[in-house]
Amino acid sequence: MDLSRFHKISDYEWRVEARGKMRVPAIIYASETLMQEMDEKVFEQVTNVAALPGIVKASYAMPDAHWGYGFPIGGVAAFDADAGGVVSAGGVGFDISCGVRTLHTGLTLADVEPLKKQLVDTLYARIPAGVGSTGSLRLNMDEMNAMLSGGAQWAVARGYGWEADLERIEERGCMAGADPAQVSEFAKRRQRDEVGTLGSGNHYLEVQLVREIYEPIIAHAFGLHEGDVVVSIHCGSRGLGHQIGTEFLKSMALTAREHGIELPDRELACAPIKSDIGQRYLGAMRAAINCALANRQVITHLTRAAFAAVLPQARLDLLYDVSHNTCKVEQHMVDGKQRKLFVHRKGATRAYGPNHPELPAAYRHAGQPVLIGGSMGTASYILAGREESEEHAWASACHGAGRAMSRTQATKRWRGRELIDDLAHRGILVRSPSMRGVAEEAPGAYKDVSAVVDAADHAGLTHKVAKLTPLVCVKG
Amino acid sequence: MIAKAHWEHFEHGADIGVRGIAPTVAEAFAQAAYAMSAVICDPSKIAARDCVTVACSAPDYEFLLVDWLNAIVYEMATRHMLFTRFEVTLSGDQLSGALWGEALDIAKHQPAVEVKGATYTELKVAQDEQGQWVAQCVVDV
Repeated sequence: MDLSRFHKISDYEWRVEARGKMRVPAIIYASETLMQEMDEKVFEQVTNVAALPGIVKASYAMPDAHWGYGFPIGGVAAFDADAGGVVSAGGVGFDISCGVRTLHTGLTLADVEPLKKQLVDTLYARIPAGVGSTGSLRLNMDEMNAMLSGGAQWAVARGYGWEADLERIEERGCMAGADPAQVSEFAKRRQRDEVGTLGSGNHYLEVQLVREIYEPIIAHAFGLHEGDVVVSIHCGSRGLGHQIGTEFLKSMALTAREHGIELPDRELACAPIKSDIGQRYLGAMRAAINCALANRQVITHLTRAAFAAVLPQARLDLLYDVSHNTCKVEQHMVDGKQRKLFVHRKGATRAYGPNHPELPAAYRHAGQPVLIGGSMGTASYILAGREESEEHAWASACHGAGRAMSRTQATKRWRGRELIDDLAHRGILVRSPSMRGVAEEAPGAYKDVSAVVDAADHAGLTHKVAKLTPLVCVKG
Repeated sequence: MIAKAHWEHFEHGADIGVRGIAPTVAEAFAQAAYAMSAVICDPSKIAARDCVTVACSAPDYEFLLVDWLNAIVYEMATRHMLFTRFEVTLSGDQLSGALWGEALDIAKHQPAVEVKGATYTELKVAQDEQGQWVAQCVVDV
């Protein structure tokens, strides 16, 4: 990306002043190297978002920003309904509430290493992954609506998980304001047999080793110690979320002009928050958030059962669950005043600092856990929101590494079988229904996740708390 | 010279673009659909055994292309099928399509990724300099 258009505020903050149709400045948090490597499209998209009605303060992008749909992936923007603010289906994305949850196991490497093969085979057998995979649950319409209203709370009430899990999930596992009546029959039909499935693409379940601790006090509060084994699950709202995204993207694109909105890009499809379509989308999108929370909760249940079969001494307590494709109503300080804002995070994670009232009591002093997925051959990270997070991008942080090369390039360069053998040689066992899928997700196809989390740390978005490296991976 | 109808993929950072090129819009749409199947797996491995029909309407060709591809995504997801042959008939703003394929078989088809939806990114339905219709967009995977 050409950096001459930016005003360098610090080594990790780059600003484009509002000009032309932009209503607010655009700000990217990244190192100079990450900025140089960033797609030109990020500049176009982050400045386009700055032109949307009712945007407050600035249009932001995280260190892992890359070319997305309308919004950059890694984009954050807040809107004020009273100032004509909009809600954007593109600003949330297709995989609504895609996210990561991490579970403790109470085990160490010495416990897991001798049973690693048995563990990965059991996880792979019990957790549906890949194209067309279906779960064992079949939801009739009443249950579907109950799931869309209740999220992880619905799942726990039906025996999928523990009551204690709920306080370690954003929104206590249930997004308020969900309106299943706004979710089309098509979307519900796509979800009928997909609850409790990982999906495909970059979705995965990994058993990971806590390799390094950077902030011992925060790590202690999170219950993390070097040598611990944890499990991370990355997936979202499956077919239901995709269908909602597809349907509302079209209706918002077609009605934008009626609402006096000039779209610089159809993918920026949006509607005033105070409009019928805006309200209908919010109701449907929140139902999809609940779908994702229920999905990760059911997968947690399956994971616990798999561990019980192989390592019965394991106790899989939930560390935390974060979503990184959302629009949420939050209170934020703007010029010394508290305001209610609709914060879009597309490929970005909420990162509340210490003492935020929405944090569970155990993390109140540590800040919110921020779970960052890497690739199956490199590393993942656990970060924490910090005091000054609120001053930057509405307490938001990055969400992953971001791709460095396209899927086509990756399949030309790698073969799935060879990658799996290479990783096995390095002690990382991978199971996947698709060899091409593995090649497309080759570790080398991703950017350096370490550079991304370091930039988030230096920019003041988060504290770097712990580094996790994969032991086994079930790839969707 | 007018080339035979064909399809290709094009690069997009995190996802992938599908493009159909043909003498008519309807054929270009069919080719784009085939390109989408090729994102998922090798379409030559799919038998054209069963036929499913879809219908959609949209105010212009570009919205219609996205609707057509999304209708196929929906049929794949809910029927657990993959498709290899596509026929499109256009009449004003109405599209009717026929899809031939078979039930998804992981071992046989080795599907790499699920397509979540067709998008408006790099969306174009237009005639090129040779008079060929080009129908393309990025699909989210």
